[in-house]
Order: sequence, then C-alpha cells, then structure tokens
Amino acid sequence: MKNGIEIRWHGRGGQGAKTAALLLADVAFKTGQNVQGFPEYGPERMGAPITAYNRISSDKIRVHSNIYHPDYVVVVDETLLDSVDVTAGLKANGAIIINTAKSRAEIEKHLKGYTGRVYTIDARKISMDTLGKNFPNSPMLAATVAVSEVMPREDFFREMSASYQHKFAKKPEVIDGNMQALEMAFEELEEDIENDKVSLSA
Amino acid sequence: MAIKERMSGNEAVSYAIRQVNPDVMPAFPITPSTEIPQMVSTYIANGEMDTEFIPVESEHSSMSAAIGAEAAGARSLTATSSAGLALMWEELLLAASNRLPLVLTLVNRTLSGPININCDHSDGMGARDTGWIQIYAENNQEAYDNFIQAYPIAEDTRVHLPVMICQDGFITSHAVENIELLEDDKVKNFVGEYEPEEFLLNPGKPIAVGPYSVSNYAMEAKKNQEIAMENSKEVILEIAKKFKDMAGREYGLFEEYKTQDADYIMLIMGSAAGTAKQAVDELREQGKKVGVLKLRVFRPFPAKEIAEALKNCKAAAIMDRCESYNGNGGPLGSEVTAGLFYHKVNIEAVNYIYGLAGRDFTISDVNSVFAELEDMVVNGKEVEQHKYIRLR
Repeated sequence: MKNGIEIRWHGRGGQGAKTAALLLADVAFKTGQNVQGFPEYGPERMGAPITAYNRISSDKIRVHSNIYHPDYVVVVDETLLDSVDVTAGLKANGAIIINTAKSRAEIEKHLKGYTGRVYTIDARKISMDTLGKNFPNSPMLAATVAVSEVMPREDFFREMSASYQHKFAKKPEVIDGNMQALEMAFEELEEDIENDKVSLSA
Repeated sequence: MAIKERMSGNEAVSYAIRQVNPDVMPAFPITPSTEIPQMVSTYIANGEMDTEFIPVESEHSSMSAAIGAEAAGARSLTATSSAGLALMWEELLLAASNRLPLVLTLVNRTLSGPININCDHSDGMGARDTGWIQIYAENNQEAYDNFIQAYPIAEDTRVHLPVMICQDGFITSHAVENIELLEDDKVKNFVGEYEPEEFLLNPGKPIAVGPYSVSNYAMEAKKNQEIAMENSKEVILEIAKKFKDMAGREYGLFEEYKTQDADYIMLIMGSAAGTAKQAVDELREQGKKVGVLKLRVFRPFPAKEIAEALKNCKAAAIMDRCESYNGNGGPLGSEVTAGLFYHKVNIEAVNYIYGLAGRDFTISDVNSVFAELEDMVVNGKEVEQHKYIRLR
C-alpha cells in the first residue's frame, strides 16, 4: 500500500471504537476504496483500553500488522490520555482528534509535545443533544472523515444515510438524530480545519 | 460477474457455508471462531439455508456428531479454534481413518498456556499428524475460496479424507476487508450434490464404520490412508484449476511471489504472507533480490515441490508461527529442511519463530530477516538456525 491513509483508534471496551472503525471501513468501501478495519483485542472487558485500526487506500491492501505510524489518531475517551501513549508514532503531518469538552490548549498539555494538528470535539454533548444518550462513535466517525478528508463530505453523508436507513429499519426515529450528530461534528470542526489549512499553506 | 463486498474472514466463511448449504453442522462456540456458528444459525433461522444445526455441549461432541452425520451419508461441517480443536483430538483421528470427507473451518488461535485468545498456528500444527488435509489462507478472500474448494477435494474418491480450512484468528477472522464473492448458483454447481458411494443408513448395503481391526489388517488400512493423502495433492491441483476456470482466481500448493530470480526467499503461511509480500515489493525497489513462498497446502506436505522452488536461492527463512518444543525448531522448519535434504538441495536456511500468541509481525520484521540472511551469506555472519524474532 503506497497510497492511502492509516488510522488508529483508542477507546475503552464497550464505547464503540471498534464499531466506528468498522463503520469507517464500510463507508470507505462504498465509495470505491480498498479498506481494512480491525480491532486489537486484549483481555476483553467493559472499560479496558482497546485499539482499532483502519487502512484505506486506492491500492490493494496486503499488510496484516497493527499500525505503528498512523496518519491519524482518534481518541474516543479522553481519560485514556494519561494511561495510553496515544501519540506514539503519529506522523507530525497527521492529526489527532480527541473526544473532550476541553479546549485545544488544555488538551495539548497531555500530548507529550506532539507537534501536528490537534482537534477536540465534544462528542458526548453532540450525542446527548441529538440522541439523548452518550454514543460518541457517530460524531467521532464524522470528525475523522472531516479531518482526514478520506472521502468527500457529500459521499460520506449519502452513504451514512443509506447505512442508517438499513441499520435502523426497525427504529427509524433514531436515523435523524444520528444524521444530525454527524452534521454537528462536521460543523464543530469546520472552522478549526479551515484555519489550519490557511496556516499550513502560509 | 463478481460481487464486490467487504467482510471479515468469519463473515466470508459463513457466507460460503450458506452457499454450500451442507446437511449437518454440529458446533460449540470458542473465540475467535464463535461468529461462524452464530452467523450460520442466523442464516438458518432466516430460512436462507436448511442445514441441520446441532448445538452440542463440547467440541468433543461437535466432532463426534459431525463424524456420525458424515458416516450416515450427510455432508457435515464444524468450526472451532484452539482448545476446541485440542478437545477433538481423538475424533480428528477417527474422522480421517474412517475416511470421512467432512470439513472443519479452523480459526487459528494459540493453545494454552499461558491462556491467550490471539493467533498462532499451534492448534492447526498440533493436529498435523491426524490425517486431515490442511489448507491455510492469507486473507478473507482465500478463506472463502478455500472453503468452496474443500468438499470437492474431500469427497473425491481418490481422497476421501477430511479437510481443515484454516485462517488466522482475529487478524483475518475479525478484519473487514474487500472481497469478491461468487453467485450462489455458481458455488452450488461447483460443489455439487453429495452422493457417497457407501454410508451407514443405506438399506440393502450395510457397512460397519470404525470396527476393531486386527494386526493382520490394520497396517494396510493405515497405508491406504497415507496413499489417499498422497493422492490428494493432484486432486487439490485439479480442483484449483476448475476453481480458476469458474472464479478466475488461481491457487496451487503454494504461491511463489517474486521467487524466480530471488537470492533470498521467505517461506511463510497465513496472513503474515501479505505483510511479507508488501515488504518484498519495497525491498525490490531497493534492488534486493528477495521473494516469498506462501505455503497454502500444509497437508499433504509438498516437500518435493518446495525443494524445487527453493533450489536456486542462496538462503531461505522458514517462518513458523508455532513452537514445537522439541529443542530443534518449529514444524515448518523441521519438514522443509528434511525435504531439502531428501531432494539434495543444499542451501542456507534459518528457522524463525514469530507471532506466537498474537505477537505482531511487521514489514520491518520481514526486512530484518532478509537483512540477516544476506549478512549470513555475504559476510559469513553466524546465525542460530532456530531463533525467535520480536522476542522481548
């Protein structure tokens, strides 16, 4: 795999980081890409740190190892920042996306001097506002697509809508909430991403 | 027209099972193969297949029930991993020696201890002398394709042996990747209906299955079983040819990747072969003459063909995802080097043990192995013949 991106997800068992990685593989597949989405299992229990991975490429993907030099890292639970070295191997020209209510400036202190881009998103709040429950993986998935630009925004929304229609065929009332969660995540990050683009090109 | 999909390895094998629709599937769940009986049960519950699913209380029973069903004339199947396969040990031997062409889909996981759920090949290798044909997969596509070829190999009258279709636990079983599926009718036509020549529930033509055999006869039975294993090699290749004609994907006893002019060849099996091929592409760009021999069929063991494929290289790395605890090397290390000796191929070889109990295996590991082989040949570096990589 020469072209393409690698993503590492950090979460806790039961929070849906693995599901988010598999959803990202799913939606990237639907837009015509070669994909890999896989979890790394340790002792399986609720709340234990877990890692999941994505490779997304226009090339055939043959490598079957974990990812040590990701382009992007996604942290679904900020309490992991003190116990897991989330920026290990993260490329300086990549980015980290963290689910937190804290500001960028506050969160950067926990990132061991990582010099790449840092994005924060309050996925819990978005999920509570749109679904009434804390399911951070939909907003985190949208945030990952927004930051990585792994596919065009309209393709992402089109495929996610189709996917939710299918997945929640028997619970149509949650489809709108999930779509809103994706949109709010994109909107929350839009300004930061644009500002970073300006400063990167300067 | 191929159906483009994305699936995990477990999903892919379950999809193939639905398409083949065997008669009977007894199973007991064990990580990481649990999803297979779970998904098959769902297909059955949804009316998408009509296999008789038998939930049993252990793997000893699942293999016993599969043997009983197969002996009765029903196309049978089970799935397992690790300790589940170990618990089947006595029955594995019975399935093979009674010449029952049933299929087991194995999701490779380490054997205890220490207890661990992740991949290595110690379960499959532990069953290497039980008389089963064993075919290993690099990815979800190969697990799917191998399963579709399993019954035609097993049921061929020259073979009549059980077949184990193996894939790496979690690494492929739980990884979602692109895959090309075949249409149901193509798969059904390829596999065909099972029409056993002899079976227990056959009025007017009774047979005994598994009776006592006195010493005057037992040794001939064992030799016949060995002949069947030898015969299976050509049958596996014939079925692969038919599969290529149908699906367009080519399979052999092993895959030779950039080995023709290679000075250094890595012999490897399972998901790690993909990582090795990627590394070889990158090393070739730097001018290194390296290649990969990916073993697909471990039983029957293609010793002569491997010796032929390795004879022109300077050194081979024989990669074992399993320890034999014999003080001498892993199973592939022992069998490949024996094959080289018998076929008078005198090359350097190092037996590397990697990836035990889920230890990762990366492109940089492949690079370091090739660098070591080169250092050994070019600079005369002394290298232990049985060594571990990525050991902390």
